[in-house]
Amino acid sequence: MKLTLRIWRQSGPEDPGALRTYEVDGITPEMSFLEMLDTLNEELIERGEEPVAFDHDCREGICGACGMVINGEPHGPDRTTTCQLHMRHFEDGATVDIEPWRAAAFPVVKDLVVDRSSFDRVIGSGGYITAPTGSAPEAHATPVPKAAADAAFEHAECIGCGACVAACPNGSAMLFTSAKVVHLNSLPQGAPERETRVLDMVETMDAEGFGGCTNTGMCTTVCPKGIPLSSISTMNREYLRALRKGA
Amino acid sequence: MSGGARSGPHVRGRETVTETTGPEPGPGYADYRIGDPLVDGKAPDGPIEERWARRRFEAKLVNPANRRKHTVIVVGTGLAGGAAGATLAEQGYRVVQFCYQDSPRRAHSIAAQGGINAAKNYRNDGDSVRRLFYDTVKGGDFRARESNVHRLAEVSVEIIDQCVAQGVPFAREYGGLLDTRSFGGVQVSRTFYARGQTGQQLLLGAYQALSRQIAAGNVEMRPRTEMLDLIVVDGRARGIVARDLVTGRIDTYFADAVVLATGGYGNVFYLSTNAKNSNATAIWRAHRRGAYFANPCFTQIHPTCIPRSGDHQSKLTLMSESLRNDGRIWVPKEPGDTRAPADIPEEERDYYLERIYPSFGNLVPRDIASRAAKNVCDEGRGVGPGGQGVYLDFADAIARLGRDAVEARYGNLFEMYQRITDEDPYRVPMRIYPAIHYTMGGLWVDYDLATTVPGLFAIGEANFSDHGANRLGASALMQGLADGYFVLPATLADFLARHPHDEVPADHPAVTDTVAEVTDRLYLLLSNNGDRSPDSFHRELGELLWDECGMARSETGLRKALERIPALRAEFWRRVRVPGSGASLNQSLEKANRIADYLELAELMCLDALHRAESCGGHFREESQTPDGEAARRDEEFSYAAAWEFTGPGTPPVLHREALEFSYVHPTQRSYA
Repeated sequence: MKLTLRIWRQSGPEDPGALRTYEVDGITPEMSFLEMLDTLNEELIERGEEPVAFDHDCREGICGACGMVINGEPHGPDRTTTCQLHMRHFEDGATVDIEPWRAAAFPVVKDLVVDRSSFDRVIGSGGYITAPTGSAPEAHATPVPKAAADAAFEHAECIGCGACVAACPNGSAMLFTSAKVVHLNSLPQGAPERETRVLDMVETMDAEGFGGCTNTGMCTTVCPKGIPLSSISTMNREYLRALRKGA
Repeated sequence: MSGGARSGPHVRGRETVTETTGPEPGPGYADYRIGDPLVDGKAPDGPIEERWARRRFEAKLVNPANRRKHTVIVVGTGLAGGAAGATLAEQGYRVVQFCYQDSPRRAHSIAAQGGINAAKNYRNDGDSVRRLFYDTVKGGDFRARESNVHRLAEVSVEIIDQCVAQGVPFAREYGGLLDTRSFGGVQVSRTFYARGQTGQQLLLGAYQALSRQIAAGNVEMRPRTEMLDLIVVDGRARGIVARDLVTGRIDTYFADAVVLATGGYGNVFYLSTNAKNSNATAIWRAHRRGAYFANPCFTQIHPTCIPRSGDHQSKLTLMSESLRNDGRIWVPKEPGDTRAPADIPEEERDYYLERIYPSFGNLVPRDIASRAAKNVCDEGRGVGPGGQGVYLDFADAIARLGRDAVEARYGNLFEMYQRITDEDPYRVPMRIYPAIHYTMGGLWVDYDLATTVPGLFAIGEANFSDHGANRLGASALMQGLADGYFVLPATLADFLARHPHDEVPADHPAVTDTVAEVTDRLYLLLSNNGDRSPDSFHRELGELLWDECGMARSETGLRKALERIPALRAEFWRRVRVPGSGASLNQSLEKANRIADYLELAELMCLDALHRAESCGGHFREESQTPDGEAARRDEEFSYAAAWEFTGPGTPPVLHREALEFSYVHPTQRSYA
């Protein structure tokens, strides 16, 4: 396959950046999208040009490092991570636009690499259960109903890639934040911090510059892990409940 | 007692570097010298069940009020590093922690799929601490230390308690209790899991605990910062030199102790199941500064990975060992059978693991399953492109349990397989092939997880300690968390309490020399106007190692590799091309710097494999096998851990042997038949 790539190049946070056009040839349908970019980068190095910077690590869809907007869609046309997107989803001769996540809370570091440390601060403000090492009771002391355990797991699957924020017209992090709130608040172990968790995390989320939620649902349609939209409404209920309790 | 960062130079271009000495590529070696035997001075004696309790009691403590005066550097935020950083900070130490990723949540522990072992015996199926200990020593083919393994089995039960308290959503039964499953090499069901994402859930538990400490100001977290060297002052590890990957700035960080939790070195093979950026630089630089490197040839090849699809392949993807609970492995009986799997009748299939190993069947340990797959492919019975694959078939499981039950157990793995191969494993058997997955070798540590450099500790996959020559499935997560949550916090306190020291002056020659070496090397990489990309060298090295130091090794092949590697290393330094500058994000520079270390580590791996003229676990020497092709150990000569001392680039290293004694599990020829 031969493709025309229009890739966002930006040397650093201060550079305004621009789309630049590259041609790549010899792409096969079995290649992953990142292997296609590897191919381009090898050619750029051979020509003495700087390769395109992009975040990636596990390349099996779980670390959450990779992420780019492909033809206007976060992670591209298949509902998965960029590293698990394969070139069989593209036509020979196609033009592909590749841009970084666009969100006020994710400033561009270089090319397709953005700074998502705001997510870490949201987690640090309450996305945990306080359980210092060595203090734990026997694991079977508290049975957890299977339904609660499954709900917790479904939300705990979030990989923190940031596609939800990139897809949202408001740059909101509601899906990311609610996934962690619902994961931990579903479990009996999470109950003691249930109210402070949701209040603190939402406060941090707002302070980090993420936008508000207007229920467009774009977040959940692009989420590679299928975090459901109901996660947000559950968090809203948890938030109101916490406010009413005056926590 | 000291801490904090001091800024150093950027590596920008020619003008900022003082003098270029450059690394000597070295002529290479195929020889070594024998040094003094090595003794683990920390393991207590007495009954094995009491050793860990005794060691903890004998360990000195640090008064809670004094802990904040101690700074500990932790490099890496995987299960071992994340757990250690969180725990040490909770205890009151000042922690400065590093990861090369943009967030500590992305360490490669996150990709572990199948589960974590613990001797809870919730199934009442005959499990116990003693049995987990026994299975691990045997599974490791009698090349691990009994004391360490027993401690690991003891601590395993506490890990499950800890993770449940953190909110890790393990799979549960309808009664609300924890579910378990079986893994290779054992006959009990002791593996706890969270669908096929156990590593992710355990890592997020550790990450969340760590995040709490970061927010509380107890951990100074440095993401996108890579350790490039160890600072050793007067024989003691006192800090690290690290590069800010965004600004390119080289900084020095000082501490009372340095903990390496940087994972394994499987990426030396280029194609592996490791994350693309996982690397060996931290442990290799520490080795060059005096830490012995143990058993580098003990690498694990995982039997169930998705076969490679072409030359573009950048990494290999694992399919969890848990699939072998329900999947049946087979190849056609006749070589060269190219029919579609559905067209091959039952009587013309060879379920070779069930045939050769009737009592363990498809759940034999990884080394055995991998070699068996290689053997049937070498016989021309492999399937798929190039004949490099075997079937992992779920038809029977789907008929027995129903599609829904299979989907509930393995849904995400099937989806991942389909995404990569474009084949539906519910209808067509999966094709799998072995790939490099884990490294049992690593920095030599004593019972306290201390390396041979005082003040330097290594935990998790970065050390060599608990798995011998072959790791059992679901035991990496167990060991990483055991080291991080429970073992290191106890033993590190003892070290800090016993070894007070003065602050290191920033202009100490050991500091300035180390910084100069790091910047010079980066400068050389950037200014070397060559014509080959870093990756092209990495691929070449990987192919050489896979052929000569992979699933089967021979004296001839290893000697060939030992000749080729120094030549490749010299060519690398002559021809590598790294575009861009050192003063900003430069992923080619990061890669090239890591590959430079792989080119040295690979040589030691091959030497270790050459010197160990026996087969054991994942190390299969063609010259040492039983009549039916199983690994033949040679205990009289090789019942030891091989700890290598660095003597200079390309000069023969010194071998220190740590004799292994078995008082509780008698070494036998492993049998899974």
